[in-house]
Amino acid sequence: MPATFTPKNVEIERKHTGIGGKPPVDRRPTGGGGDGDNWDNRPSGRRGPRELLSRYRLGVLFALAGDLMFFVALVSAFFVRQSAGHFDARENYVSDWHPIAVPPILWVNTAILLLSSLTMEIARRQLFREIDVMEEWLGLGRPAVKRAAPWMVVTVVLGVLFVIGQWIAWGQLTQQGFHFNSPDPSSHFFYLITGTHGLHLVLGIVALAAALGALFTLKRVELRQIVVDCTAWYWHTMGIFWIFLFVLLAYFQ
Amino acid sequence: MRKLFTTDHRSLGVLYLLLSLAAVATGTLLSLLMRVHRIWPDTPLPLLGLMKPEDYLALVTMHGTLMVFFVLTVAPQNGFASLVLPGQIGARHMAFPRLNAISFWLMALAFTILISAFALPSGAPLSGWASYPPLSAIASAGPGQGTGMDLWLLSIGIFCVAAWLGAVNLLATILGERGAGMTWSRLPLTVWAWLTTSILTLLVFSVLLAAAVLLFSDRHFGSSFFVPLNDVVNGHVVGRGDGSPLLWLHLFWFFGHPEVYIAILPGMGLATSLFANFTRRRVAGYKVMAAMLVAIGGLGLLVWGHHMFVSGMNPYAGTAFALTTMAIAVPSTVEVIGWLSTLWGGGLRLTTPMLFALGFLSFFIAGGLTGPILAQPALDTYLHNTFFVVAHFHLIMAMAGVFSVFAGIYYWFPLMTGRMMNDLLGKLHFWISLIAAYGTFLPMHISGLAGEPRHYERLAGPVVSFSEILPNERGITWSAILLGAAQLLFLWNLFASAKRGERATENPWQATTLEWAPEIPRRRIERGPYEYENGGTESMFRPQWESASKQE
Repeated sequence: MPATFTPKNVEIERKHTGIGGKPPVDRRPTGGGGDGDNWDNRPSGRRGPRELLSRYRLGVLFALAGDLMFFVALVSAFFVRQSAGHFDARENYVSDWHPIAVPPILWVNTAILLLSSLTMEIARRQLFREIDVMEEWLGLGRPAVKRAAPWMVVTVVLGVLFVIGQWIAWGQLTQQGFHFNSPDPSSHFFYLITGTHGLHLVLGIVALAAALGALFTLKRVELRQIVVDCTAWYWHTMGIFWIFLFVLLAYFQ
Repeated sequence: MRKLFTTDHRSLGVLYLLLSLAAVATGTLLSLLMRVHRIWPDTPLPLLGLMKPEDYLALVTMHGTLMVFFVLTVAPQNGFASLVLPGQIGARHMAFPRLNAISFWLMALAFTILISAFALPSGAPLSGWASYPPLSAIASAGPGQGTGMDLWLLSIGIFCVAAWLGAVNLLATILGERGAGMTWSRLPLTVWAWLTTSILTLLVFSVLLAAAVLLFSDRHFGSSFFVPLNDVVNGHVVGRGDGSPLLWLHLFWFFGHPEVYIAILPGMGLATSLFANFTRRRVAGYKVMAAMLVAIGGLGLLVWGHHMFVSGMNPYAGTAFALTTMAIAVPSTVEVIGWLSTLWGGGLRLTTPMLFALGFLSFFIAGGLTGPILAQPALDTYLHNTFFVVAHFHLIMAMAGVFSVFAGIYYWFPLMTGRMMNDLLGKLHFWISLIAAYGTFLPMHISGLAGEPRHYERLAGPVVSFSEILPNERGITWSAILLGAAQLLFLWNLFASAKRGERATENPWQATTLEWAPEIPRRRIERGPYEYENGGTESMFRPQWESASKQE
């Protein structure tokens, strides 16, 4: 009977590094480079200080690639629907597509979202300053957390402002008579695209809030880096998606 | 309970396989009901009574959805990959074990939601597994098109998210968790197949999710993405804008065609491994075989239009799609030649898994041959939506896919239970299934050539009559019943062997790939995946977990 189905757990989970483990920075603090440092020889899972981080980054990258295809499908439906039309009884080509002018508040929202990406990046970089990481790893304090947390709070606030701004834009459109169920396909697409993107941002805000909480509760330095790093990449990607979607809605009606 | 809410990849693999077992049992029952109804449309069935036309359409829809999503996607991709992928690449676990569990539970939820459509008083959805609008977009279009169709959309939406999470996990595992020395050219071909199908899953299931969102919005929020202007359903004008069902077809088949490759590529990888193992030979042209798997996946993204030749799509687009479709014959043929040259004069060990792998090859060729016929727009104009198409995809996707899943279950059963499956029962299961499957699906070509359309509930009606092919259809039904009955042998073998089967020895198939290693190897991998030495009775082989310097 092969050992691959032994019920006992072969994984030895190390709860926290503490003194003597490897600090989560690329370079080791004291020299190193000897044979014991040949991480390639070690079993996967402990092959390097940033293996866990790169594993999660890889996962986020692939997940976002799938998400990109979701928006690509919506955008291609946008163009197909835009070019659809029919011939009436007098052989005139009629299209039911009436371009809508995007509410001006979208410009403000876009600026807010770009700003929030900036603050998120500042927060993310705090977690990777080598001197702070070493200090946290040695247990001398939590300078990285202290520096990053305010920037993340700012990001959450800006993110909430963006979502509120989108809500206001919806209200303005409704007042102009563009409801979701008005017969105009361009308004369907406006609500669908901003709606699905907004849903992604709400998820992002929840993730940010969770990451903020995790900064103070997680014991391992690597895990604190991972939650902030992955949330940041998600947030940046949603910002980039929004720029493309906004250009689409504003200029390609 | 601890076994149920596990994050261990092997237990999850078994759970995935059990889920698809439940789905395949339901789907097979539905197909038997369909077959019985086709030849005795006016005979009341026990428990169900007289079947109405819409009941027949509901059976078609649910059979297709269950088989394509919950059997041919879940078992080869999620089930087998969870079971052996980490072992095969020398990893201890998946990259994200919890994500794997979440993916399984979402799939189980989607399955429950789909099945619950049968319990609705208005019945299950009718619009086929491809759910073409406007039928699928209008609640008044049929009895099951109200709540039933909503449940279908909900179920498929959840399934999309689950498949997407599963693919993220597989990709991160293959790219990030390989053991030391497990280079690209040392990966078993199953891993190459899972790599390709995971990329396809990421790219296409999100598109299906987007299409489902648009369709849901058409049904409930008054938009008009898919419903044409002045469309009349049941005497009422329902079309509000210039929507187009073609848009759905494009979005759906952009998903639907790669989905076929998601179902079959793992089987191709597994068959290659089994052919090498049971002929005791190296895989002929390993690098070419791996490259062709990826090429089939890549080309598979460019051929969706061949489902739409008669849909009113631009005929020039049809020509382009015909060219890309026929181009797929090239890598497929290379694969087949690779398999045949591995098998040729190879002193086959005809164990049950090997028999099923050979059955896979047989169906792959038999079903593949009608592919280039259907890829011609001119021929497809006649054959479209006839039983010829049904015969084609049941041979190449359903039978080839299911036989490769059977091969995998017989082959990896010792890893799941520590026991072997009964060989005699297995062989009996194989031979009856093989003959009955050909008996079921080969005559369908004839029905199709006679012009019998796919979704008609009865052969002889007031308008058209296909009563001359009734004898042919009778033969198909009896053969299908035999095919279903043969699976009882398999079920019995499965559960009896799990309890009282013969104990498996260490590495019972004398395999070289890492999932059979006695323990997770701690040293560098230094060998290729298929180092068998010249075939015949000699059992010289060098497993991947042995060091390269060790000489005998």
